[in-house]
Amino acid sequence: MVIATIAICLLYATPNLYGEDPAVQVSAARGAAIEVSTLDKVKTELDKQDISYKSVSLEQNQVLIRLTDSEQQLLASEILKEQLGQTFIVALNLAPATPDWLQSLGAGPLKLGLDLRGGVHFLLEVDMQEALVKAQDQMLQDFRTDLREEKLRYTAVRKDSNGVTVRFRDAETRDDAIKLIETKYQDLLLKDSENNGQFSLSAKMSETKLAEIKEYALQQNITIIRNRVNQLGVAEPLVQRQGADRIVVELPGVQDTAGAKEILGATATLAFRLVDSKADPYSSRVPAGSQKYTTRDGRPVVLKKQVILTGNHITGATSSLDEFSRPQVNIDLDSQGGSKMSRATKKAIGTSMATVFIEYKPTGEKTPEGKSKLQKIEEVINVATIQAQLGRSFRITGLDSASEAKNLALLLRAGALVAPVQIVEERTIGPSLGKQNIENGLSAMIYGMIAIVIFMAIYYRKFGLVANIALSANIIMIIGIMSMIPGATMTLPGIAGIVLTIGMAVDANVLVFERIREELKEGRSIQQAIHSGYDNALSTIADANITTLLTAIILFAIGTGAIKGFAITLAIGIAASMFTSIIGTRAIVNFLWGNKKIDKLSI
Amino acid sequence: MFEIIKTERTIRFMKMTKPAFILSMLLVLLSISSIAIKGINWGLDFTGGTVIEVGYDKAADLEVIRPLLAAEGFDDAVIQHFGSSRDVLIRIAPREGVDSEHLGSQMLAALQGYDKSVEMRRIEFVGPNVGDELTEQGGLALIAALICILLYVGVRFEWRLASGAVLALAHDVIITLGIFSALEIEFDLTILAALLTVIGYSLNDTIVVFDRIRENFRRMRIDDSVEIMDVSLTQTLSRTLITSGTTLMVLISLFLKGGALIHGFALALLIGIMVGTYSSIYVASALALKLGVNRETMLPPVVEKEGADQDPMM
Repeated sequence: MVIATIAICLLYATPNLYGEDPAVQVSAARGAAIEVSTLDKVKTELDKQDISYKSVSLEQNQVLIRLTDSEQQLLASEILKEQLGQTFIVALNLAPATPDWLQSLGAGPLKLGLDLRGGVHFLLEVDMQEALVKAQDQMLQDFRTDLREEKLRYTAVRKDSNGVTVRFRDAETRDDAIKLIETKYQDLLLKDSENNGQFSLSAKMSETKLAEIKEYALQQNITIIRNRVNQLGVAEPLVQRQGADRIVVELPGVQDTAGAKEILGATATLAFRLVDSKADPYSSRVPAGSQKYTTRDGRPVVLKKQVILTGNHITGATSSLDEFSRPQVNIDLDSQGGSKMSRATKKAIGTSMATVFIEYKPTGEKTPEGKSKLQKIEEVINVATIQAQLGRSFRITGLDSASEAKNLALLLRAGALVAPVQIVEERTIGPSLGKQNIENGLSAMIYGMIAIVIFMAIYYRKFGLVANIALSANIIMIIGIMSMIPGATMTLPGIAGIVLTIGMAVDANVLVFERIREELKEGRSIQQAIHSGYDNALSTIADANITTLLTAIILFAIGTGAIKGFAITLAIGIAASMFTSIIGTRAIVNFLWGNKKIDKLSI
Repeated sequence: MFEIIKTERTIRFMKMTKPAFILSMLLVLLSISSIAIKGINWGLDFTGGTVIEVGYDKAADLEVIRPLLAAEGFDDAVIQHFGSSRDVLIRIAPREGVDSEHLGSQMLAALQGYDKSVEMRRIEFVGPNVGDELTEQGGLALIAALICILLYVGVRFEWRLASGAVLALAHDVIITLGIFSALEIEFDLTILAALLTVIGYSLNDTIVVFDRIRENFRRMRIDDSVEIMDVSLTQTLSRTLITSGTTLMVLISLFLKGGALIHGFALALLIGIMVGTYSSIYVASALALKLGVNRETMLPPVVEKEGADQDPMM
């Protein structure tokens, strides 16, 4: 069993010896698909430019092109980007050169953390306050529509903390409204009150509802950020939640952090609203339910507060130029958005609709909790007359430049963030530092290992050699198991963990060997000494290692990225050392010295 | 047989408890006062701010770089060599109102003014909130680790031994922190990880000793607690020293070869493990003795075979 376990670990550790090929991967943007024809196209394009490649293959909806060196890799990626166009995403990658027979067993090399391969790590924080405000806005609008549809007259609707208050002229209407709202919405706490002949109803979101909104905002943002990251064309990106309101984004190999940040954090979205044609845009009085804006070219315009549609319903967006070479964005809506749009525009043919561009920007001020305040910027980018009922696809114009149109299209395609995010942590590691970290870690490991091996061989002689074999097995097991666990990544502290384990792994053997020496001193026979040495040391080894294991678990629980890597290697190392020393070396010792007549033990 | 320590004779460890106790108290007091007066040089992970590491082709003169950065408005920047004289590390405190996004490229542009060969090696930005939370979390983790261990040792051993062990751990952590404070070494997340590892490791040592103490209390037919302590410590001494020795060997290798990024980590472990080895001999056992460990308290009501309560490993 010992041999089998170690053999399996060895098998899974071997892919690490094969290294990686520089590669280019091509994947489809939203709405497109990779087909065999794409594969052929890639091949012909590369042949045309005389780029030598090792292989071109179709795996997991991606075309993977392996190249001979990194120069060819850059060249190939440029050519493919040019030839394949916007519908495909071309990214540089390193593909493991693991042989097929190993791959078919599911074996692959260790995944390296950002500190070893270079790249950028972001920690984003979702602005939950904004998510709640949005939910409140939605509630306000829903209430208005519901009450109007049921012909329940109210005098005012306004937002208050975590909810909405509606005022009525009489108690009867209010009670009807309560009934209506009670049946239509769950998770709302309703309260009625009366003050100076004003009957009001306050609806507050319950704790569960609030938690739900926050959870939804986080999940939705993760999905959208994942879409955006995919649009960036990064190989093997990581987007993961951390805690209640944070998202970790890791982009290996990315050095241009400014560009990445612009796309990740961008909150740009659109809202479509009708122009209030009855209001005079030049007067200072704005009717209730409407709001005054200024368009990009400086004209005032009054828009109805009610939003026809927000960016959430956009499923596709592409940028192009219209017949006058002005930039435009073609927009496709989902079915719900389409019906909303057609319902709203049906009644409004002949009036105008405005496209409002919404973005959140940091103001530089801080809230009392120390978070930086975000400012909502709304800009009317165009006002157009509705000529006919609009459906699921239409276009908007009024953008400043082609690049603005392109960015907007990308953001609309990937989806709008439900709540704005802020970068609270950012770490960029250059590729040369990553390489150097690997070299440093490996040389520390090798020197440490040599020192221990020599010491053990001198101090315990033949038993020392047995311990050294166990130590080697131990390292193979750590690397093998780390390669097998899908989520485990090797980091610089992870390497430090292995180095530390090398020092500590001999401990279990030392405990046993010292015990055997003691037993020998007490005059026991050699066989007896070996036997009781192992037996007596067992509980000590277990006790001592369980505590270290406990700390490793705590570290894993609280640690982030790199520290987790340390905790994992430490934990695997400890478990492996218990296995190799209690079972492994015992087997070897029994094989070598067991049931034989020996006069002297080489210990 | 090749031995570092001849253990034919029992070493009278417990005679040395008083000087050891005074030494420990002194070290702990010095550490606490250093932490109180000088404070801890919290790293970026805890304070927030921006750190930029760049590399040049040739040795970089910090005196020239400093005014270059000051001219760009980074007059509060801490500039130092990192690892070698060609590598420069710049650290800036978190600033109000400035867009962190452009800080990195702005600094890089300023650094190019010194020499075009500058290469960005690493930029780290941590928001101030994240830092505060980490400090809180880190403290909690240390306390949680100590409590978990107290519980485990309390269940496996006797409460007097458990308290001795945990006090010894606190002693190790305080002294390591004290040395970091006195030497003004930056305390970042990896060092916190190192401290937690020290806790695990030092306890490992202590448990090996305690295991033997318990075994000897049950086996030796004498009622002299001091004698039993001495015998147990002597018996485990060579193992304690060998294990600490091998661990120190790899740590020295890590410290020398591992690169500047894990210098602090390796150093924290080096200090922690040395202190831990000492404390598992003197602090933990001596404290347990002071708390009144004796034959009666060590004998369980039902005599169990050692290790019988554990599943066999195979």
